[in-house]
Amino acid sequence: MQAQATEPSWRFDHYVVPLTIVLGLIAALIEAARSPDPRMVLQAWTFGAAMAAFGIWYMRTYVGRTPHDEKTAYADDVIKAGVWASVFWGVAGMLVGVIIALQLCFPNLFYFPDLPWTNFGRMRPLHTSGVIFAFGGNVLIATSFYVVQRTCRARLFGGSLSWLVLWGYNIFILMAGTGYLEGITQSREYAEPEWYADIWLTLVWVCYLVTFLGTLWKRKEPHIYVANWFYLSFIVTIAVLHIVNNLAMPVSLLETKSYSLFSGVQDALTQWWYGHNAVGFFLTAGFLGIVYYFIPKRAERPVYSYRLSIIHFWSLIFIYIWAGPHHLLYTALPEWAQTLGMTFSVMLWMPSWGGMINGLMTLSGAWDKLRTDPVLRMMVVSLAFYGMSTFEGPVMSVKAVNALSHYTNWTIGHVHSGALGWVGYVSFGALYCLVPWLWKKKLYSNALVEWHFWISTIGIVLYITSMWVAGIMQGLMWRAYNDSGFLEYAFSEVVLAMHPYYIIRALGGLLYLIGTLLMAFNLWKTVRGDAPAGAAAPAIAMEAAQ
Amino acid sequence: MIHSWLERNSILLLVGIICVIAIGGAVEIAPLFWVNGTVEKVSGTRPYTPLELEGRNIYVREGCYLCHSQMIRTLRDEVERYGHYSLAAESMYDHPFQWGSERTGPDLARVGGKYSDQWHEDHLTDPRSVVPESIMPPYPKLFSTPLDYRDIQAILKANRAVGVPYSDQQIAHAKDDLQAQADPNSDGVDAFEKRYPKAQSRDFTEGKTGISEGTALIAYLQMLGTLVDFKSYQADTPENRR
Repeated sequence: MQAQATEPSWRFDHYVVPLTIVLGLIAALIEAARSPDPRMVLQAWTFGAAMAAFGIWYMRTYVGRTPHDEKTAYADDVIKAGVWASVFWGVAGMLVGVIIALQLCFPNLFYFPDLPWTNFGRMRPLHTSGVIFAFGGNVLIATSFYVVQRTCRARLFGGSLSWLVLWGYNIFILMAGTGYLEGITQSREYAEPEWYADIWLTLVWVCYLVTFLGTLWKRKEPHIYVANWFYLSFIVTIAVLHIVNNLAMPVSLLETKSYSLFSGVQDALTQWWYGHNAVGFFLTAGFLGIVYYFIPKRAERPVYSYRLSIIHFWSLIFIYIWAGPHHLLYTALPEWAQTLGMTFSVMLWMPSWGGMINGLMTLSGAWDKLRTDPVLRMMVVSLAFYGMSTFEGPVMSVKAVNALSHYTNWTIGHVHSGALGWVGYVSFGALYCLVPWLWKKKLYSNALVEWHFWISTIGIVLYITSMWVAGIMQGLMWRAYNDSGFLEYAFSEVVLAMHPYYIIRALGGLLYLIGTLLMAFNLWKTVRGDAPAGAAAPAIAMEAAQ
Repeated sequence: MIHSWLERNSILLLVGIICVIAIGGAVEIAPLFWVNGTVEKVSGTRPYTPLELEGRNIYVREGCYLCHSQMIRTLRDEVERYGHYSLAAESMYDHPFQWGSERTGPDLARVGGKYSDQWHEDHLTDPRSVVPESIMPPYPKLFSTPLDYRDIQAILKANRAVGVPYSDQQIAHAKDDLQAQADPNSDGVDAFEKRYPKAQSRDFTEGKTGISEGTALIAYLQMLGTLVDFKSYQADTPENRR
């Protein structure tokens, strides 16, 4: 390739990446040797072992040789690794979800008094971080690296820097996950990792931004494709949110514990500004990047409307950032902030549906493919779930509705209609596309994709309907009064009433997990090249189109 | 077209994104730090005692906020079930806030004083022995694990660094105060009560020797929501309306 011929012999990544590994190892050794905090010592050994593995891999791949990754037109090996990381964390995160769902059904069976790390309070962040940041994050890194190279017609900027992003991000996940089990947490929802893991993620994220922006910089296309706008806004906004929300004072540099810079009401709004925009920019903008590339590619149709893309993009990122206070309605947050948050949350309905319409209408003239291509169907159904949960969200942020829905299982149902239906399905769709494209093999079995689709769809339906019913029932029972004017139900009676719905929910989650396992099997067989001749026709067409 | 300009220059696009996302955050969050009355003035709030703070650290460590809120909303049924709605002032020393977003279990904002210490110990050790319908995890180990408070001074200092008004005296005597609060017969109780007026000092895990993690957690739970004097608090005055 020409791009390689012009590459200078001195490369900054040949210094930055090894230096990061060495400094990381030194930091880990100092913490392990000096810290009086046994949990910090354990974290230090974990980090050190992971960095050592990275270092060994790096030496074997880069020292004295040109890695396979750099002999191809595009840097695809890092994407392949990201695909497997996504599959692994997806299965792990969903499995933990099923376990904690069962804990709420059968506390006597699934709690172990002598094993504090198995308790709900420590496993629940493992589930949320596992599916959102570990599964979702790896999908976003892998797809963004794929999309930005193809749409810019340029190799990833920075050579092995992209490997630092992938390794570093997964080491962050490892630190966060093992930390939760050890009881290391800030107990701020979706921002649980402690200060040292946050600093590490900040470094990794800057490398991610440099890689992505650098690739845009050296693009051979005059225009930046719309999917990249969304990816870029995701990367840069998450950086801002992460840094501001995690400002904290550690007890000492040798201890895990830190105290948030903000307190009480200010801490609450900062946290939900972060938390809601983790939804807005991590789970929405990033995955809309997938929609804007993979759906047109797969359907072999252009994006429905360029103008709608522009309006969708700018209005979505402008309005989303305001919506955080809808997590704090009727609380001690000042009324003006509550009203502002509710107003913008209702307005958010419009750009969300603008994006859904732009995605769905891209299928104009190709709707027949939904019958024959289950992968495309999965991605289109994800947009339908996106539309549904972005309608439900504004409804729930209306104060009168929120008075009933807040603190109940309805919130859990809402989150999962978005997470399972939208984020999960669009990710699965992207993985089913990526594996045949990257490995240049036919998809092993379309029939298995059908099974995956239907089993997981039944799982989603069971999950969200049970949580809707449970949530509304819970809200109504809490506020029910008897004829004498007293509260009708004790809290424990409401807990008891949830039992059957918790079981249905666990069953729904289990079905969804089974679907994901089918996908893992299917992708593994695909890479092994076990596909029978003639299978998966759409994937072949796609390869030719590249 | 302005946009063809934006989408042809990655730096312009980046700057544009940052500007657009900065507006909402700045308008909503920044005023909370300087608008008077965001946190109302009330009598009774004080920083946590060293023992309570250690108990709060256990609460944070175990992720209790995932099932228990600490924020009573201004709704009739909540006020009747849990007590006076929560004030911003009641969490002004909370780093981080623990308002929560789910009530798989009940709200704890005013759980202090509602149950005996013994009830809490039984409930934390085996929740279903006192509440058969409960789905809470059991925490027996809290009562067999001694509280590690070697770094309590550093903990108070870190809190002071982020704005909690601990005095030099309180920091210097943090360890004594922690021990005194859990032992009503010790010599330090008078000095402790002078430094933390109206704080409860007693053996929170009676019949057990030493200060366990459970001792600290119960001390924390028993003070939740008890500080503000609601007899003197006038909700309807203009400065308390937000």
